[in-house]
Amino acid sequence: MSPTPSKKSADADAAAAAATATQARSSATGLGGGGGGAGMRLIVPLQGVVQGRGGLVLGTLIPCALFYFLQFYLRRNRSPPPTSPQPPAANGPDLPGIVRSSSRNFLSARGSSGHAAVSSRAASIARSGDSPYFVGTKKCSEDPYHPVDNPDGVIQLGLAENRLSLDLIGDWLARNVTNTLLDERQGGLSISGLATYQPFDGLVELKMAVAEFMGQVMQGSVSFDPSQIIMTAGATPAIEILSFCLADAGNAFLVPSPYYPGYDRNIRWRAGIELIPVPCRSTDNFGLSIPALERAYNQAKMRGVKVRAVLFSNPSNPVGNLLHRETLRDLLDFVTEKGIHVIADEVFAGSTHGTEDFVSMAEVLNTDEFDRSRVHIVYGLSKDLSVPGFRIGLIYSFNEHVIAAASKLARFSSVSVPTQHLLISMLNDTKFITQYIKTNRERLRVMYALLVNGLKQLGVESVKSSGGFYCWTDMSKFMKSYSEKGELELWKEMLNVAKIHLTPGTACHCIEPGWFRLCFTTLTEKDVPVVLERIKRVVDNH
Amino acid sequence: MGIPGDEILSRVATGDGHGENTSYFDGWKAYDNDPFHPIHNPNGVIQMGLAENQLCLDLMRDWIRKNPQASICTKEGVSEFEAIANFQDYHGLPDFRKAIAKFMEKARGGRARFDPERIVMSGGATGAQETIAFCLANPGDAFLIPTPYYPAFDRDFRWRTGVQLLPIRCHSHDNFKITEAELAAAYRKARDSKIRVKGILITNPSNPLGTTMDRETLRTLVRFANEERIHLVCDEIFSGTVFDGPEYVSVAEILQEDPSTCDGDLIHIVYSLSKDLGVPGFRVGIIYSYNDAVVSCARRMSSFGLVSTQTQLLLASMLGDDDFTTDLLAESRRRLMHRHRAFTAGLEGVGIRCLQSNAGLFCWMSLKPLLKDATAEGEAELWRVIVNEVKLNISPGSSFHCTEPGWFRACFANMDEETMETALRRIRTFVRRANDAATAAKTKKRWDTSLRLSLPRRFEEMTVLTPRLMSPRSPLVQAAT
Repeated sequence: MSPTPSKKSADADAAAAAATATQARSSATGLGGGGGGAGMRLIVPLQGVVQGRGGLVLGTLIPCALFYFLQFYLRRNRSPPPTSPQPPAANGPDLPGIVRSSSRNFLSARGSSGHAAVSSRAASIARSGDSPYFVGTKKCSEDPYHPVDNPDGVIQLGLAENRLSLDLIGDWLARNVTNTLLDERQGGLSISGLATYQPFDGLVELKMAVAEFMGQVMQGSVSFDPSQIIMTAGATPAIEILSFCLADAGNAFLVPSPYYPGYDRNIRWRAGIELIPVPCRSTDNFGLSIPALERAYNQAKMRGVKVRAVLFSNPSNPVGNLLHRETLRDLLDFVTEKGIHVIADEVFAGSTHGTEDFVSMAEVLNTDEFDRSRVHIVYGLSKDLSVPGFRIGLIYSFNEHVIAAASKLARFSSVSVPTQHLLISMLNDTKFITQYIKTNRERLRVMYALLVNGLKQLGVESVKSSGGFYCWTDMSKFMKSYSEKGELELWKEMLNVAKIHLTPGTACHCIEPGWFRLCFTTLTEKDVPVVLERIKRVVDNH
Repeated sequence: MGIPGDEILSRVATGDGHGENTSYFDGWKAYDNDPFHPIHNPNGVIQMGLAENQLCLDLMRDWIRKNPQASICTKEGVSEFEAIANFQDYHGLPDFRKAIAKFMEKARGGRARFDPERIVMSGGATGAQETIAFCLANPGDAFLIPTPYYPAFDRDFRWRTGVQLLPIRCHSHDNFKITEAELAAAYRKARDSKIRVKGILITNPSNPLGTTMDRETLRTLVRFANEERIHLVCDEIFSGTVFDGPEYVSVAEILQEDPSTCDGDLIHIVYSLSKDLGVPGFRVGIIYSYNDAVVSCARRMSSFGLVSTQTQLLLASMLGDDDFTTDLLAESRRRLMHRHRAFTAGLEGVGIRCLQSNAGLFCWMSLKPLLKDATAEGEAELWRVIVNEVKLNISPGSSFHCTEPGWFRACFANMDEETMETALRRIRTFVRRANDAATAAKTKKRWDTSLRLSLPRRFEEMTVLTPRLMSPRSPLVQAAT
């Protein structure tokens, strides 16, 4: 079966090619007369071309047909059409879908029974069915672990939620209650504030409070300018909006891998931008390598794909390492030389728990002479402030044109006004915020150490992580085969035998099989031994 | 040494897709520079170009005050905080979905049923429109849309999606109804231009017309969509603002009355609380599709515009309060009707005709008699005068893609009664002056042609000036605003 690309022009070309080819063939048989087979059918008209008998017409038709076929072939085998989406995560931003560029995505979106076609984006969702990760999430929601009510349930370690410090926020709220949502005196909002259209990219007071917060999170090493902030309903739309601003469909971003599975949905899906993974090696502790970036850039260039930006997370998701100042500088040199952008996803900046200091991209720009207009930072309050449900994210850009465009695009993903007011109130309590950041870090440190040491005793090694909610562990020695298949089998075993849902490295595009990501921030201290005991069940089998 | 932005940004970022360079937004800019305030700036521009519903805010405010447990920032409600702060499931809180479904049913007088499982969130109606376009069409595909239509569709439906909007022309001689002939013509035209039509986008009740669609027209549209195997997207964002007969008919009812005649996979509703409740700040957009694939896809896309759980919790409580919603809808309609009647009566007093409407937060008025030329330029000139001299930001018909010049949309629900009276006063003054000037011009002409004398300059001047003094209708030197 020859797959038909969904692009309209390719359709037209294919039709034209088919028509011309048929024409050429039938003319050829006509001239060739009787038997001779396919070979004769081609040679006779060519003879005709040479000997000038009706050859002029055929001499045009046959090369045309060949040319159309060549074009058709080349188009099919180039980058996939921008409208072919990858099946995204099941639930929440963090659950991965297996990202495979299936040729089935190229099928026409028309249903078989002549139903009205939906877009190819929607059609591929309908086709993706139940990937293993949907299965995992489903199991977690059907049989959720509870220390008392359901001690044998499935423990969810694949979703990034920070429950460690939620009580601090809850306590603040309890101490700072207002009489109603609308109490203006205590930072509530007036009904007209609720009832009229407010700037879609966030209230000025919120931008100011958030800029202040970001400065605190970066431990005072750099200050942020509220006028460079565009607020969005979560970091998810922030990344998408930035992608729409920096690249056209069919362009690409270089992304050091392993990377956050949600990027596939946030960047590829609707914006149609390709993500080119730039593998980082365990031997380098999964550090970013500029030569690897260089290689990936050149390979893309040879394929005819235009790279528009480098996207990286710092602290890294899933690995949890921090980038050094020199690496950030080298990265800036690289993007300047290539004339491209750099996007720093710093959503975990306030969740550092190691001994290293976090260096923001903004800090490097502060101290060094670099062209700022190519630098963009994505941030949000979901991770650092434990409030993912409230949907507060932002783009921080040094490029005024991006700020102008993104502020208009923010209308599709605006932060709810009552939530903005609540946050303004909370963030302005700087004393509380300082205490919160400190306590949160401490709790992260304790929980991380507990889990990592426990895993070590089981023979499971983790990469040293200095920030984020994850342990990036090497379970390759427990796989039956050192391959993706082996990893998937181990993942299934973890889910069904150990009843733990982890994120496998393939979902994060890790090229070395056997790495798994565990989120430790949904656990309490009592849960850790339970988790370790469960993992032991699988480990002991090998 | 900065990089010129245009070179290394995308087409989406550097193009005009945001639509803010159109006249629809110019008026807003005029307003922003000189906003009316009854005390601080009584001569400022009155905003009549923004369809906000502020008529029932007091009811909302009272409910919120009486129900502190619905907000997490009160001592009664704070216990809910930990449960919802971490909740980022894109299905949304079950109670929220149930409450929205119930409210939508109520706004349609219980004549339609909505399944909470099909309720999908998005970032306001803006986000809902864009998401539906992403779900139903590929770049280059087109949707047919009856004119006149809400200008921001050009941005919301087309900007990032690459989808086109092609007009179905509607005319004033049949009250801008959608006719099968024009629908078929628009469809044929698109097909002839080799453009793939994926569906039809309608707004019911209509913006800017303020009319509700009759059952027959809806049936026609549904039938057409079914026959041609294209989608029908109904923006029902004003469904709760129907203040007068004829009774509102939602496309959900058409589907329910005879499910066998229509393939549900083709029908989709877009909704929002911004107009009916008057709370655009909540950013609640809803997609309700009868097509499972679309529900699934839109739900995943809702990650780009989820409603804050704090807001979901509040609305689940508010819209779940049956007595409150019944009262709110009834009172809102009553106040809208009252406001509508006052405004249209005021306009009629100076001979300005409005299209007969029974819904919405605005009226669609014809200022054709005031146009110097019945052309787009004439309309633009009149509009500039109205914004800059009369100081009213009303929206010109051309920004709504209306094919006939002279129509304007004026919003009346985003102000108090005194401001509306001020606006009417300004309109009256303007119309009377314009009429007088027109009469003067006519009188002058008649004089010239009958006598065929060339009078000395002095006399000509007198002829032009005297009507103002002689006319019994216009008092001496009235204030400009």
